[in-house]
Amino acid sequence: MSDAVLKLANLNKRFGALQATRDVSLDLYPGEIHALIGPNGAGKSTLIGQIAGNLKPDAGSIVLAGRDITSLSVAQRARLGLGRSFQVSSLAEPLTVKRNVMIAVQALQGHSFRFWKPVHRDERLLVPAMEALERMALTQRADTPVAELSHGERRQVEVACALALKPRALLLDEPMAGLGPEGSAHLTELLEALKHEVPILLIEHDMDAVFRLADRISVLVAGGVIAHGDSAAIRANPQVREAYLGD
Amino acid sequence: MTLLIEQLINGLQLGTMLFLMASGLTLVFGVMGLINLAHGSFYMVGAYATALVTATTGSFFIGLVAGLAAAAAVGALVELIVIRRLYHRPHLDQVLATFALILIFSEGTRWLFGSSPLWLNPPALLSGSVTLPGGLRYPIYRLMLIAVGVAVAVGMYFLITRTRLGMRIRAGESDREMIGALGVDIARLYTLVFAMGAALAGLAGALVGALQSVQVGMGEPVLILAFVVIVIGGIGSIKGALYGAILVGVVDTLGRVFLPLFFRQFMSPSEAAGVGSAIAAMLIYILMAVILAFKPKGLFAANE
Amino acid sequence: MNKSDTPTLAPQPGLPAPAASWHDRKGLVQIGLLAVLLLVPLAAYFLGHVYYVNLASRITLVAMAAVGLNLAIGYGGMVSFGHAAYFGLGGYVAGISAYHAFDFTPVIGWPVAIPGSDSMLAIWLAAILLCGLLALVIGAISLRTTGVYFIMITLAFAQMIYYFANSWPTYGGEDGLPIYLRNSLPVIDTNDALTFFLICFGGLVLSLALTSRIMKSRFGAALTMARLNDTRLATAGIAPYPIRLVAFVISAMITGLAGALYADLNGFVSPTMLSWHMSGELMVIVILGGVGRLYGPLAGAILFVMMETLLGGLTEYWQLFLGLVLLFVVLFAKHGVMGWLAGRERHE
Repeated sequence: MSDAVLKLANLNKRFGALQATRDVSLDLYPGEIHALIGPNGAGKSTLIGQIAGNLKPDAGSIVLAGRDITSLSVAQRARLGLGRSFQVSSLAEPLTVKRNVMIAVQALQGHSFRFWKPVHRDERLLVPAMEALERMALTQRADTPVAELSHGERRQVEVACALALKPRALLLDEPMAGLGPEGSAHLTELLEALKHEVPILLIEHDMDAVFRLADRISVLVAGGVIAHGDSAAIRANPQVREAYLGD
Repeated sequence: MTLLIEQLINGLQLGTMLFLMASGLTLVFGVMGLINLAHGSFYMVGAYATALVTATTGSFFIGLVAGLAAAAAVGALVELIVIRRLYHRPHLDQVLATFALILIFSEGTRWLFGSSPLWLNPPALLSGSVTLPGGLRYPIYRLMLIAVGVAVAVGMYFLITRTRLGMRIRAGESDREMIGALGVDIARLYTLVFAMGAALAGLAGALVGALQSVQVGMGEPVLILAFVVIVIGGIGSIKGALYGAILVGVVDTLGRVFLPLFFRQFMSPSEAAGVGSAIAAMLIYILMAVILAFKPKGLFAANE
Repeated sequence: MNKSDTPTLAPQPGLPAPAASWHDRKGLVQIGLLAVLLLVPLAAYFLGHVYYVNLASRITLVAMAAVGLNLAIGYGGMVSFGHAAYFGLGGYVAGISAYHAFDFTPVIGWPVAIPGSDSMLAIWLAAILLCGLLALVIGAISLRTTGVYFIMITLAFAQMIYYFANSWPTYGGEDGLPIYLRNSLPVIDTNDALTFFLICFGGLVLSLALTSRIMKSRFGAALTMARLNDTRLATAGIAPYPIRLVAFVISAMITGLAGALYADLNGFVSPTMLSWHMSGELMVIVILGGVGRLYGPLAGAILFVMMETLLGGLTEYWQLFLGLVLLFVVLFAKHGVMGWLAGRERHE
């Protein structure tokens, strides 16, 4: 097996008396979807915050493609190839889908202090943005303001924005949340095709999607990983059953 | 040495008056999330009402009560008519709408009472000086201002920590949704808090009005100092307002007196006076910048 | 990815192509505003009413200062309540430079001698650079904070400059500093009211063009995203802070240049130009015109100066009515004059 793209080692985070993250170690290999599940209050958001760079862990390290990113900012991590989507949609509502994605392309190219050339006919931004949109089946919606999109379409735009960064790893925070069965199935299909290009760390509540998509699953309870394995192993694990049934 | 002590007391007195202004501002921000530029107008209303009523009745104390009542009433009225439409608006709208209120209050007052200042004298009972330990003669009235400021600070402490109203205010600061769920009438609570802040500003205006003159625009320099105070203290924090007010009061007062003296050591007296007073005028802003460089949310940041 | 599958990048249906702006309502309103601003003083000049030419210069410069502020507030979402600092600093650059040129004394004698100058070109350059520098320092501290803190801190810093100018005796303190002879340009006679108006008008058009161009660029796209959703910007890998800071500096430079011209228009600079009322008025102009609309500051400035002139002629207390109008606009007519004239803004 090749080296892990993303590697969390012994992460710990404490808020006062609450141990929100307890010795979490996880890795993500090329070509896989690694799902992270856990009941409410298990500390998923805190963990995501640390991976994405919004929160600083008290101890432990995060390595992306061989580089220690533990103390880098959100923007620096993104530039090194960490793409992410948010649980609550975080797009610029008044702007078109295309403009939302173009910002990511612009970031990738690293030239934001350019004051003269208009972006609306900048092929170097438009072409990659349209490519990312095409992969998320959004070509038709490119010129629609995000505010007019359906919930499912917004999720797709979020992923497209992350993809436009040409990420080494994707961190998707509950992409299925709020989607109907149809939208969920559609997104599942898109993600399945995507994993061969970029490995995905998937935080998800929708168990059907997790069991269908994930190559490996880690279960987070009370801040720590209590189980780890493929779908069958996780389904059969008594501790996991207890954690979820007891929830 | 006596100069230093005298100026320290002067600084403390400025600080306590700033606290009266700043506590209302910071309370309104903490509870309702509102930035209110018109707070200086309540200061002016309090001073005008006190000056007018004192002039007709001859009693400073009746005037003072009238000033407090007028500021509270105007505050409640403004909250009912304008301010409550602004709670859910962006800060830009709040700034502009309350800036509009300043224009309306200032020009309205000028229209009614003219541009020339009104005079308000401290009551005879409190005029004159006392000798402090160490031989310093100090005006009684100014000492009383400090006492009032301390009394208000203590009163607010008890109000917030020990009463039902205080509990609701604290609940409102930490979670606006929750206090609705508790069955508290938020609209009434907000009007009450706003009127209370206005009354404190009015009290400060009336008390200081007897030291200086009562005129249109008198609230504006104080308002901006109060902003500096709450930025330093941490917006939303009463404790921060208290410490910030005393810090700003003392630093500003001492700077104005001692910086020109300091520069005189190596400059001609007239140059030293100019340079010293120019730098003294900037001192508290520099203080603010330094504090913010280390603590962007102020010394006692209340809400994250 | 097959390149030939990429959809056409030609203008999409349903979007106004930029060149078509001549034909739509917004374009007409914009050109109309500029035309009125240009033609009225021209006509007044040839009819011999120099007063109206100077009034138009005043509108133009106030509009230009507000164009600068609009870049910060409207496009960058940075509610600066201290832009009078840059307006006034620009004014003081003109005043101080002229004062020393008049006296043949150096502005600074040490470590390098900088002589005074009555050349507008030198003054403009100095005003732009100094305002940029001041904004870099103030912005670097203020932009560490957000929301109400940012508003109050920008206000406080502007007050600091105000009190400094007030108590620094060399340049007149609170009495201000007269500019006895209007500063000059090569070849052109700046003392002629119309010529001076045309210089101001050129400055305004240039600052509008610059703002428009910047906002269409990559920098503008990043700034727009910083305003609408800075989490998204950071997640894409662009740190919002430097983007905001640069926009803040450019904004101050435009306002500062307007200030330098404004001092020359009045032949006078005083701490009033630095006061928080001035900051407030600039904000009011931006709001009256329509926040984040390119021509909003111009529409707002025309309305503001007209109100000041007309109402001010009727009553000494005209600001009372300004307050009422402003309150009405903020509470009930959020999109300002440009929203009313040209319809709601659409993002591409």
